[in-house]
Amino acid sequence: MLTKRLIACFDIKNGMVTKAVRFQDNIDVAPAGELAGRMYAAGVDEIVFYDIMASAERRKTDLASVRAVAERVFVPFTVGGGIRTLSDMYDVLNAGAEKISIDSMAVRNPQIITEGANAFGRQCVVLSMQVKRVDVSRGIPSGYEIAIDGARTYTGMDAVEWAKRGESLGAGEICVNSIDNDGGCEGYDLAITRAVTDAVRIPVIASGGAGLPRHIADVFTETGASAAIISSMLYSPRLPRNFSIPEIKAELSAADIPVRPA
Amino acid sequence: MTGVLHYKAGNAPSVLNALRHIGEEAVLVTGPGIAVDRLILPGVGSALATMDSLRELGLDSFIRDSIGGGKPFLGICVGLQVLFDRSEEGGDVGCLGIFPGRVRRFDDSAVRVPQMGWNKVDFVRADPLVNDGGYFYFVNSFFAVPDDPDLLLGRADYNGPFCAMASRGKVYGAQFHVEKSGEAGLAMLKRFCTLI
Repeated sequence: MLTKRLIACFDIKNGMVTKAVRFQDNIDVAPAGELAGRMYAAGVDEIVFYDIMASAERRKTDLASVRAVAERVFVPFTVGGGIRTLSDMYDVLNAGAEKISIDSMAVRNPQIITEGANAFGRQCVVLSMQVKRVDVSRGIPSGYEIAIDGARTYTGMDAVEWAKRGESLGAGEICVNSIDNDGGCEGYDLAITRAVTDAVRIPVIASGGAGLPRHIADVFTETGASAAIISSMLYSPRLPRNFSIPEIKAELSAADIPVRPA
Repeated sequence: MTGVLHYKAGNAPSVLNALRHIGEEAVLVTGPGIAVDRLILPGVGSALATMDSLRELGLDSFIRDSIGGGKPFLGICVGLQVLFDRSEEGGDVGCLGIFPGRVRRFDDSAVRVPQMGWNKVDFVRADPLVNDGGYFYFVNSFFAVPDDPDLLLGRADYNGPFCAMASRGKVYGAQFHVEKSGEAGLAMLKRFCTLI
């Protein structure tokens, strides 16, 4: 039986894992390779890292950090940030990542999804979406709008429609990150996660808001999500309490959610 | 020395990282004529792209000769699938034909495709590469259907049982990503590197 995945997520800035709350006020946590190695040893199922400054600084992905993680981690590893062309994708995969995550770039140039899927297989292409709760309107029937550029630019695109389009363009997975819940540690946005999992047939990753193991159990029981991104609860020094991967998996098992034993 | 076949659609660097981490000597093989003790064919992407790239680099005959010469071989993911006769992926693609059988697509009306994540593998016979079974990482839309049931080495379940690992003699194919299956995968790679 296929198990539900726990994905540890890092934002990287100058080679360091950094932690923000709702896209602001970053603090450094640890070097990327070191923290990734620790999460691997603790039994995490997958790792994703975002080079959060690459787009703003108009540079390519920090490949040295990609390599540092790839040398220490023997579970799947996804990289996002700074990927604009097929050749950028190739460089990131060649540095040891398994998948590339595209976000703002995919909105600007949706063909990149198809090109990436054709060149490297659709399993390599994760379409990451930043979604914001808005009033339901004719243009945004789901009540969730797609934002880009670190949630600074709103696109007028409906989140569920964009997920369906991403699937038909060739994305292998969709990551739904709630801007409203991100960093809040009060649980995932179950409504949009459910709406997207119901609308597509590819795996969906829930993201934004996990603070307690119960939040992860909720997103797996209440929606069709295949994986959950966790971040703050693992290592944020701002939280009163962090949780280890084995602790989280024990709680998921107790809730009858199939997980790989840590 | 273990050779890791490096072609356009593969993830050879990940396999090389894993081999180095467990202290095995390994080299990337980008064309025929390199002498190694055993070969690994990593795979991501489609059977069509993989076969095209292998043919372009002359690696298809290199693989056949190496296997024909009795050297251990491990195909991973698409590297397993192209060991069989034909694949549905990319139309009807002729593959290496080392194992009799075909490669089919999961039914996406019943399950999410691709299958992506850790699935439990049960091994159906004793073999130097495997032990009691455990969890391994899969990323696949397609799976092999061996004609000969004796080829089956490991079984997992995704909308019914499917072939997670096949072998005959020292020729192995793993549908899961051995190099990305944590300590269980590294242990399997370590055992493969002892085969001569």
